[in-house]
Formats: sequence, C-alpha cells, structure tokens
Amino acid sequence: MNVTILLLTLLVGAIATYLSGKKPAAKVALFFGLVAFVETIALICQHNAGTDAGYMTQWIANPNIHIALKADGLALALTLLTTALTPIIIFSSFGDHIEKSNTFYALVMFMCFAMTGTFLAADGFLYYIFWELSLLPIYFLALLWGNDTFEIRKNVIFKFFIYTFAGSLFMLLGFIYLYTKTGSFLLHDLYNAQLSSTEEYWVFLAFFLAYAIKIPIFPFHTWQASTYEKAPTVGTMLLAGIMLKMGLYSIIRWQLPITPSAAKEIMPTVIILALIGVVYGSIVALKQANIKRFFAYSSLAHVGLIAAGAYTLTLDGLKGAVLQMIAHGFVIVGLFYVGEIIYKRYQTRMIGEMGGIRQQAPKFASAFMILMFASIGLPGTFSFIGEFNLLFGLSQVNIWYAIVGGTTIIFGAFYMLRMFQKAMLGETNTIVFADLTTRESAILGILAIAIIFLGIYPKPIADLITPSLVEIVSYIK
Amino acid sequence: MDTNVILLLLLVPLIGSLVNIFFGKKLGNGSGIIATIAVLISFIVTVIAFVQVNSTKVAIQGDLFEWIAVDRFTISFGFLLDQLSLLWLLFVTGIGTLIHLYSTSYMKGDENYAKFFGYLNLFIFFMIVLVAGSNLLITFIGWEGVGLCSYLLIGFWHKNQDYNDAAKKAFIMNRIGDLGFLIGVFILAFLFQSLDYMTIKEALATGTNHQINTWIGFAALAIFIGAVGKSAQIPLYTWLPDAMAGPTPVSALIHAATMVTAGIFLITRLNFVFDLAPLVQNTIAIVGAFTSLFAASIGLVQNDIKKVLAYSTVSQLGLMFMAIGFGAYEIAVFHVITHAFFKACLFLGSGSVIHAMGGEQDMRRMGGLDKYMKVTYITFLIATAAISGFPFLSGFFSKDEILMVAFENNKFLYIVGSIASIMTAFYMFRLVFLTFKKGFRGSQEQKNHLHESPLSMTLPLIILAFFSIVGGAINLPGSNWLNHYLQPIIVKSTGKAHELGTEAYILMALATAGFLIGLGWAFYKYIKNSEVPQEDEKITGFHKVLYNKYYIDEIYMVIFVKPIYVIATFFRDFVEVALSGTVLGLGKIADELSLQGKKAQNGNIGLYLFAFVFGICILFYYLFIAR
Amino acid sequence: MENVIEIIGIEKYIYLSIILFCIGVLGILYRRNAIVMFMCIEIMLNSANMLLVAFSTFHQDAEGQVFVFFTMAVAAAEVAVGLAILVTIYRNIGSIDIDKLKNLKG
Repeated sequence: MNVTILLLTLLVGAIATYLSGKKPAAKVALFFGLVAFVETIALICQHNAGTDAGYMTQWIANPNIHIALKADGLALALTLLTTALTPIIIFSSFGDHIEKSNTFYALVMFMCFAMTGTFLAADGFLYYIFWELSLLPIYFLALLWGNDTFEIRKNVIFKFFIYTFAGSLFMLLGFIYLYTKTGSFLLHDLYNAQLSSTEEYWVFLAFFLAYAIKIPIFPFHTWQASTYEKAPTVGTMLLAGIMLKMGLYSIIRWQLPITPSAAKEIMPTVIILALIGVVYGSIVALKQANIKRFFAYSSLAHVGLIAAGAYTLTLDGLKGAVLQMIAHGFVIVGLFYVGEIIYKRYQTRMIGEMGGIRQQAPKFASAFMILMFASIGLPGTFSFIGEFNLLFGLSQVNIWYAIVGGTTIIFGAFYMLRMFQKAMLGETNTIVFADLTTRESAILGILAIAIIFLGIYPKPIADLITPSLVEIVSYIK
Repeated sequence: MDTNVILLLLLVPLIGSLVNIFFGKKLGNGSGIIATIAVLISFIVTVIAFVQVNSTKVAIQGDLFEWIAVDRFTISFGFLLDQLSLLWLLFVTGIGTLIHLYSTSYMKGDENYAKFFGYLNLFIFFMIVLVAGSNLLITFIGWEGVGLCSYLLIGFWHKNQDYNDAAKKAFIMNRIGDLGFLIGVFILAFLFQSLDYMTIKEALATGTNHQINTWIGFAALAIFIGAVGKSAQIPLYTWLPDAMAGPTPVSALIHAATMVTAGIFLITRLNFVFDLAPLVQNTIAIVGAFTSLFAASIGLVQNDIKKVLAYSTVSQLGLMFMAIGFGAYEIAVFHVITHAFFKACLFLGSGSVIHAMGGEQDMRRMGGLDKYMKVTYITFLIATAAISGFPFLSGFFSKDEILMVAFENNKFLYIVGSIASIMTAFYMFRLVFLTFKKGFRGSQEQKNHLHESPLSMTLPLIILAFFSIVGGAINLPGSNWLNHYLQPIIVKSTGKAHELGTEAYILMALATAGFLIGLGWAFYKYIKNSEVPQEDEKITGFHKVLYNKYYIDEIYMVIFVKPIYVIATFFRDFVEVALSGTVLGLGKIADELSLQGKKAQNGNIGLYLFAFVFGICILFYYLFIAR
Repeated sequence: MENVIEIIGIEKYIYLSIILFCIGVLGILYRRNAIVMFMCIEIMLNSANMLLVAFSTFHQDAEGQVFVFFTMAVAAAEVAVGLAILVTIYRNIGSIDIDKLKNLKG
C-alpha cells in the first residue's frame, strides 16, 4: 500500500460528494474523510514497520517532471494532521443549513486532497501544483459561503487570493531557476544542487516570500484576520488548522535543506521578524472585539514562534516546530469551533456581547477552558511539548530569542484569560445558553483528549518525525 | 514496588478529582467524602514511604516512561521520593486532608460543591507532581498545574468579576515567574545536558569549570524569578492578597500552607546550584528581608481579616527567603513547616469566623466573638501566639533560627527581619483583639447568626493548633532532627546546628522582647484604649498610603498594564492599517499603471499602425544596421 | 531556356519589391479608407510573393513558389473574411473610414 491510494481516496471522495446530491453530501464527505484517516493510520503503522510508502514515476519527460510522493515520518505526521482534522471539521458542520451543500463539501474534500498532496509531494513541480490547487477551494468556500455581504467579503477574499498567489509565484520562479541548475525538480536532486551563495540567497528569498505570506510571518499577515473573519467557520478551520502548516512545513521540507548556507546567514533576521510577530500578534489580540479576529491574532503569535523555531536550524527547534504545528492545528480548530458554538446560540461574534455563559453551560465552559489552557501551553497539554522544544531550540541560538519568544507564555495567558473572562464569566447571561449537544461534546471531547493524551505521551508523534528531521538537519549542516 | 508507590500516590487524588468533576452532581454530599478519602490515602502512602526512606536512607524513585526527547538527552516522566520531597508531601497531604475535611462543612450548600472538591483534589495531584518530580520539567508540570488550580479556585465564584480579575492576575503574575523558571531550565539543560536533579547534583559534585560558573549564576537568577512569582515576593507579590477572593479553605491550603512554598521547595531542591551563585544568594536574602518588612507594614493597617493573613503570609515567606539567601535551607524548610501549621490554622479559623458572620470579612464589624466561638478563639489564639513568636511555640523556634542566621551573616538584614517580626506580633494580636475581644460591632442580624462551627471544621483547627504548639519539636535547638534528616539533600549548609551558647540565649531573649513589644502595642491600642480602625474615608496621611498598599497595584497598572493596552490600540488602529495599506497600495499602484497604460489604447487604428511600422523600423535598425 | 534572372538581375527584383512594399506601408499609414488599406496590404503581400518567386528561380529551388501558393490562398481567405467584416461595418455605421472605428479603445 502506498500513499497514492490515500490521495485517490480523497479525490474520489471529492467527486463522489459532488455527485451525491445535497442531502447525503455531508455524510459522504465524512465517510471518505474517515476512510482517509484510517488509511493514514495504516500507512503510519506500515511506515513504523519499515516499509516505504512512497511512490515515484515519470510524469513528463521534458521538462523532467516526476510524480514523486515521499512518505517519510515528517510528511506522514502532517498528513495525519490533515486527515484527522478534516473529518472533525466536516462533522462540526453537521446540521448546519448550507446552500448547495454538495459543492461545499466537495470543495472541502478537494482542499484536503490538495493539502495532503502538498505534504507528500517530493517533486518541486508537483508540489507547486498541489500548493496552488489548495488555494482554489478555499477561495470559493470563503467567497460563496462566507459571512457578511458578498461585496465586502469579495474584496477581502480577493485580496487574500491575490496576495498568497503572488507570493507563490516567486516560489515558482525559484523552482524554475533551480531546474535550470539541476535539470530536475526532484526533492533529492534539489537538496544536492550546487548553488553559489548569491544564488542561494535569492532562491531563499523567493521561497521566503511565498511562505511568509502563507504562514503568515509579520509583516505579511494583513490578509489573515479579515479572511478568517469573513470565511465560513469550516473554511477558517481549514485555513488555520491545516493550511498555515503548509508554509511552515515547506520551510522545513524545501527551503532550509535547499538553501542551507543562505538560511544560516539570514537566520537572525527572519527569527527576529518571527518573534516580532509573536509579541505583536499577542498585543494586537488584546484589543480585538471579534472572536474570530482574536483567534486569528493569537494564531499569528503562535505560528510566529513556530517559524522562529524552524529557522533556528537546530533539531530541537525543528522538532518543536513540527510538534507545535500539530498541536496548534488541534487547538485552533477547537477554538474556532467554540466560537461557532457561541455564534449559533447568541448570533454574535463580538466578545463584548457575550459573558455569563459558564454558569449556564458548565460542560461547554470546561471544554473551552481545556482548549484555552492548551493554547497558552500549559504543561500536560500537547502545546507545551512543542513550545518547550521550540524555546529550547531558540535558547541554543541565543538566550534572548528564548526570552522574547517566551513572553508568549505571559502574553498568551494575558489575552486568553482576558477573553475568557469577558466571554464566559460574570453574572449569568439573561439569554439562555444551551449546553453542548452530543455532537458538540463528541467533537470537543475528541480534541481535548487528543491534546491531553499527546501532552502526556508525545512519544508516538515525536518518534515518527525525528528520523526525517535528523536527515534534514544533516542536509543543513 | 517503587513505581507502584508513586503511581498510587499520584493517581488516587487524580481519580478523586476526575470523579468529582465528571460525576460530582450525582454524588451529592458524597463527593466531599470521596475527595477527603483520596487525600487521606495519599497521606497514608506518604507516611509509609516516609518511614521506609527514613530508615533505609534510600530514596524511592521510578521513571514511568520517556516523556520528551530533545537532541542530546531525554526527559523522563520520573519521580523521586527522597527526604525533601517526602517531608513536603507529608504536610501537603496531611494539611490537605484536614482542609478537605474542613471544606466538607464550609462549602456545604454551594451549587458547585463537587466541582470544588474536584479542583482541590486536582491541586493535591499537581502539588504531588511538583514535589515528587525527579527532574525540573516534571516539577514544572506541577508548578503550572498548581497555578491552574489556583486560578480555578480563586475564581471559583465566577459570577463576581472582581474575583475573576483576581484569578486572572494570579495566573498572569505567576506566568511571569514561570518564564524565568523556563529560562533557568534552558540554561541548566544547556550546561548539563540533563534536567535530572540527581544528574545535575553529581555533575556539580565532580567539579565545575569556569564557563559553568558564569552561566550558573544566570540559571539561579532565572529560577529565583520563578520562585518570586510563585512565592509572592517583591515585585510579584501583589497577586497573593487578591487571591483571597477564593473560598477560605483554598486560601488556607493553596495560598498559605502549600503552593506558595513551592518557590522555597525549588530553591532547596537546587541548593547545589544556588551555592555556586553567591550574588544571587545575596539578592534572595535582600529581596526576602524587604518583602518581609514591606508586607508586614501593609498588614499593620488592613481591616479585612483575610487580607491581614495574606500579607502576613507574604511577610513570612520573605523571612524564609532570607534564610535561603544565607544558605540556611534547613531553617527555611523548618519555617515552612511550622508556618504551614499555624497559618493553615489561622486561615481556617478566619474561615470559621467568616462562616459565623455570614460572609463578613471586615474586622471593624466583628468583635467579641470569643464568647460565641470558644474553640475557634482558642485555636486562633494559639496559632497567633505561634506566628508572633511566643516563647517555645513552633514559630518561636523557626523564626528565631532565621534571625540567628541573619545575625551571623548580615546585621542590617537581622534588624529588618526583627522589625518585621515585631510588626507581625502587633498586627496578629490586633487581628485577635479586634475580632474576638470587646463588644460585637456587627448588625443584629449577624449577631443572631453567630455560632460555633461544626466538629468537621473545629477538629482540623484543634489538630493544627496542637501542631502549632509542638511543631517546633522537629528542630529543637540541641536535637536538630530536621537538620540531620535533610543532610543528604543539602550539599553545603551554613545553617548548621546552633550551639546553645550565650549569643543564642541573648538573641532568643531579644526575639521574645520583640514579641512582647508587638503584643503590648496591640494590647494598648485595642484593649486598653478600645480603638476601632477608622472607616475608609477618614484615613489620611501615611496611614492611607499603607492602607492602600503603597499604591503598588495602581503603579503597576499605570506602568505596565495601561501602556500595553495603549500599544495594543495603537497597533490595531495604526500599524495594522498601515501594513494593510501598504499591501493594498501595491495593488493600487498596479491599478494606476494600467489606468495610465490604457490611454495609449485609444482605438485609433492609424496610430496603432503607425506605432507598428515605427516599431518594426526600429527593430530592423537595431537588427541589421546598427550591428 | 535562358534564366530570367540572368537577363534582368536579382537586385532589380529586390528594388522593385522594396518599392512596392514601401508603397503599401505608406498607403496603410496615410489612407483612411479601409478598402484602400486592404489593397495596400495586398500590395505588401504581393511584393513579398514576388521576392519569393524571384529567389526561388535564383536558387533553382521550387520551395519558394510553393510558399507563394500558400500565401495567395491565405490572402484570398483573408480578403473574403475582411471584406465581409467591412460590409458589416458599413451596414452598421454607414462608413468605412477607420477613424470612426474607435469602439475598441481601452
């Protein structure tokens, strides 16, 4: 069994969902999502048993393009994140009234397909195709099913599309340049490309622009908050939970090993940029009134720290980055879902209009609290493992990086607790807030259990990713 | 066997907590009993382990599994029950059991009764993790975990936003310290490639090089910052008085007896690191001494019964830090234990009073309660005498030893500490006199409500009062059992057993004199002259500064919190707009260029043709003629 | 049979072709009547055709003449389409003056 089956499942799932008609669309999508999840688990077991699940065949002879899929631990870990979150995200929207639901869920499945492909691709050209393909579904999801009026939404989504797309084009340029140097798009050949230091520098920058916009790293983040706000919650979850990780993953998979000496040279600058993002995002989050924008800025702070860790070029930093990517994926999806639950009850996303919910909905409050404390990296949650590794990696480069990056644990507590107090605590709200339904408890429960279990026993994930990261670090050195 | 003991110790309170949180509603009053039994089991296990370790002198340890693997070493989920951690566990679980028992009555009728016990048990669990962890990171789990429980319990009555503010403040202030802790962890990990206490200890015992010596100072400083946050020292102490918003048993357990001593535990645990950083040790002594004085001076004028006790806690913690700063770890631990007894007794006593007064905490509305609550009064008086240093009670010995060490090392800090002690005697007796003596000053309704608390509340008081009397026995001058017991833990001690010479007797006499001054002053003011503290509006001058806690909260607000909000608004309203504008501006530029460019496309075919021919001519010129 | 090129000389054909081409270009640039412009385009095409034929003979190679047939065929098709367009334009705006055709301005 190899990873093509997984990709085909997702693609077939997308088509089947579209064809299935409006009523059963959600269920069909969920079914294929779960199948993909099971397949991912099977692939990981197979990988742990020592069988390579990769796939490679020539696609186009001239230019020399392959369909190459590399299924090492790193790629599988991110694939697991994607296929684990997709069913959860689909399930979370059950029962919502969605126009043209078959198209909606087909786009979700297609996006999952494209993102999985991005994580697995080991040929620059194929990777670029998947990278751009993943942008199309989210564009339509946000444009057609988003919040607010179409006119306002259109501008925001259009900006997001053009901005990220423009960044990606620079990456394409980088790949084409590399092709002229090596005559191949294959990951392995690109790793061994002989580049002069100026060439490396420019290729690094071309890649950086694409990733910095996608992640986003300060100051390229301006699309983020408004897009999160306008996109439907399912889209926001896909964006924040999985799509951001494409950029972070690509740094580790593509950018650093291809341009190691440029990375070493530019490292301080990008780490500082990322750390500015950490502090900046945390501070801006303090004054956000809309809960989705609030989570967007908290996300900016978190991914800033992840990016900073990745750019330390140390094994600890990279490992922390990957662990935190997965942890952040689970946590942020949960948090957006929490926002959506409140919205369904109160028809508002303004934090100031909430309050006094905990008394009425203790189960919901507990789930929210677990997610919140996971978000601020409380030990015992998965986020702490990642955060510890990240900060430890940063401290090996320069202790001040760790101190500045570490302010996230103070600021994180500050803005999160402040928001929680405003949204949940205080005198019982006059509007009735029904406690969690079975479906909602199931989703939040799964997320909470995953976060806590992996926080106490992160070894399965850590062991999965470590060999690939060791290999990547060996290319960087 | 070893891992079984550890698992039993850990899991019992955890299971108790989960049962209470998830199924508490169905259990009704049973939840309090389950929680109490869970802690009691932990206590019994601790006692068994303590007896074993005390006789064999071999620590119980066990790694459950590998937790985090970093590049060059792994951190295991490991626990270590040695002399120090067992001592801590003894009083954590022991006092914990009493306070659980007390809470079964105190919290009766609360709508979230089961949840309260769930959180309390969770706290005990995290405290055990903190104390029993075999490496710094496991301790950090407990460290943050108790912070979490503290947050949950301070804000237990979450309908009141003031309480929520207090909870939030406690958590954030603690997190400032936690960052220090983490930085210290990173430095130590970098230096020793391990976070195991024993490994670091051995590495330092086998010799140190110069590089380690410079960095270890930073590590010690960073960890001290962590301790400052958790143990409420200057400048991070302001959360502790606010933390009194929580139910009183919580204040007794978390914010007096156990959690706030975690900083002292950690430094004692890492005494071999701190021994190598004399500058940091001096800092600790100075910070401790001044916190002690500062908090005591605020305590002099507070009228909220719990606030007085809170400042007293900060002050006593300062004394402990002073001892640690002089390298006298055993003495600090000694004071931690005696303090745990009498401070828990005081808080529970105040809880009993508040219970009787129907929630009233202002001492100006109390008075004359000794007639109504005999047991509470007597136990409270005993604990007050102990904390104030009444001769031969537990507090007398532990405080005296701290002052003795201070006298040997730094006369100035000795004076600071002594003044703080005199103040302690004053404000504690002020508290007793105002609460229990003279006539009742509350409303008639409150007067009718006055009653002695039930046995489940007075029993813990009696037991704690008993230990407040005899607790000093564990380290009596001359026998010094505690010093010997802790010998394997503390590498280099300066707090060696004191000779019972003339100097010691003089210092004891001076301490007793200090106690009498404080007592006499309070007696003169509140019994002889029957003064009652003024109402808030009438307070003036320096008294007002003290009453408002030197305006430290307000100053922090202006210096730190407000600017952050201002910056946040600035970022949101200007920087965000500017950044967004830049990106949109790039789009606008493209737009503008195309607007200009399209003017050339004016639809005049003649012009197009002309441009076309002209272009070809130029092309031909360059291709064929100019070459 | 004698080679025509030897009698007149290839350079004469080139000059004639250049003259014809320039006439065509100038006609396109100066005239505004679409039909006249069409004719100018034909002149330009034919000047190129003539040159192709001349060189074909000069090099004793028939390929050039083959090209000319293609060109003529394409030109014929172009005229057919072009004139049809002109007729439609005339029906619509009553004129074939190209200065009046500005609907495609940007």
